Amino acid sequence: MVEFSHTAKTKFDEIVSRYPRKEAALLPTLWLAQEEFTTVTPEVMAYVAALLDLPAAKVLGVTTFYTMYHTKPVGTYHIQVCRTLSCAMAGSNALLDYLKKTFNVDLDELTADGKFTISQVECLANCDAAPAIQINATDYKQVSQEKMGEILKKLP
Amino acid sequence: MPCELPLTSRFEIPESHTLPVSQAYRGYETLATLFTLSPQAVIERVKASGLRGRGGAGFSTGLKWSFVPQNTGKPSYLCVNADESEPGTFKDRYLLERDPHQLIEGMVIAAYAISCHHAYIYIRGEFMLPRKRLEAAITEAYAAGLLGKNIAGSGYDLEVTIHRGAGAYICGEETALLESIEGKPGKPRLKPPFPAVSGLFASPTVVNNVETLSALPYILRHGADGYRQFGTEKSPGTKLFSASGHLKRPGVYEVSMGYPLKDFLEKECGGVVGTLKAVIPGGSSVPVLRADEIDAVTLDYESIAAAGSMLGSGGLIALNDSVNMVWALENLAHFYAHESCGQCTPCREGTAWAAKILHRALAGHGTRKDLELLLTISKNMTGKTICVLADALAMPIDSYIAKFRDEFEACFNR
Repeated sequence: MVEFSHTAKTKFDEIVSRYPRKEAALLPTLWLAQEEFTTVTPEVMAYVAALLDLPAAKVLGVTTFYTMYHTKPVGTYHIQVCRTLSCAMAGSNALLDYLKKTFNVDLDELTADGKFTISQVECLANCDAAPAIQINATDYKQVSQEKMGEILKKLP
Repeated sequence: MPCELPLTSRFEIPESHTLPVSQAYRGYETLATLFTLSPQAVIERVKASGLRGRGGAGFSTGLKWSFVPQNTGKPSYLCVNADESEPGTFKDRYLLERDPHQLIEGMVIAAYAISCHHAYIYIRGEFMLPRKRLEAAITEAYAAGLLGKNIAGSGYDLEVTIHRGAGAYICGEETALLESIEGKPGKPRLKPPFPAVSGLFASPTVVNNVETLSALPYILRHGADGYRQFGTEKSPGTKLFSASGHLKRPGVYEVSMGYPLKDFLEKECGGVVGTLKAVIPGGSSVPVLRADEIDAVTLDYESIAAAGSMLGSGGLIALNDSVNMVWALENLAHFYAHESCGQCTPCREGTAWAAKILHRALAGHGTRKDLELLLTISKNMTGKTICVLADALAMPIDSYIAKFRDEFEACFNR
């Protein structure tokens, strides 16, 4: 059975106190759950539902409406490549192909060693950095294939 | 033009996102004046400044505030729209990364004006550095007594909570944003009731964009006339334009409303890479302008509307002649199909079918009938849904086809 750590429980109480209705804490609680358990599995959803006195179906509906909650495992490095107009004009499609070929995976598929997931995402609001990518919490600007190679080499 | 710009004056100062630097350059100075004014007087001053909502709709900010009813027995809420997601728009990212304290100061002003004691900042999930900077700035502001109980000894209290989105363009629509804060899928609400009357938690609510709020400290410091030194009669002040695409110096630039578009491309953006073919002036949702249509266009709501497009969010994308317009439209159709919340049939089906038809055409299977079908779908998406996401694809479809008909006919030729 999943359960929040003591630290996460404290954070959860703080989150709930910021809203006049408990239900409103659902998005931040899902973020907290993802930090704790890395994947929002049905079991995690049931746990969050119990914490917030919500039906599990409601939690499932919210979790899957948004794109950033991981219902399936993603790699240690989640490489997200922007595909929308300004980035596409700057070559993001070719960059995606390069990444798929490098790791021999399809989009959103985990590499065999569990280290990488490549995703195509919509506008990251970083259009002057086209093509823009994000690896976990870090933004990278003007990522050519050559630069991508350098970035991958430097990842710990 | 006076040297101090309303929005970006601290952008180039090292550590401009921190409280000591903000305060060294007049940050939070307006709070001393603010609390000597009545909330009504603040609303009047903002109304007089002519500030219009910078998220895209361009509605008078002061007027929007004045719709909030008083003495309803319910709390009123300020929600900050930091869910910047309109393709081509990244100005709020700059404001959050470089001057989060200016936003917080603006929030205190707006919240005080509508008698709000708890404000929520809805920030898009993908904004990592902006959120980090904002969180740090809020912590600094609380510690310095600029947020929380009894702000700057005024007796006025304001709590601020950051609410992180989780990847959904539609949450930038103000009622979807409210749904999302309430812990639901971001599906826009039918209006009326408008948020001013019944918004967050069924209480009076104002939703303002980051850029709108960031302009308030300047307006309070220099008055409505000071703000009106910039811009035109109907579009007062300055505006941030996010410039991307085939430009030598893409970036965010603050210019006076009424600034010539051609000068903007040449001087601010360093000119076009290659030969200019088209300009999307206000984010990907607005009608496209052909290069030969921009000569007389100035960057304000009225001039861009007169040219047949919209200023929108100020997300300007320049396209050179290497771009196939069918390809560009397919790219955007994919975006809107992905981002439709799915509750209205014309949008859910229309965006998806438009994307499929365009995709098919690019693969070499477009028929003449398909082109007409695309226009019919677009017609059925215009003005038929709860929010304007469907219209946001219909406008590009109609304008791209009308203005680059030959390219579409060449692609839909079977």
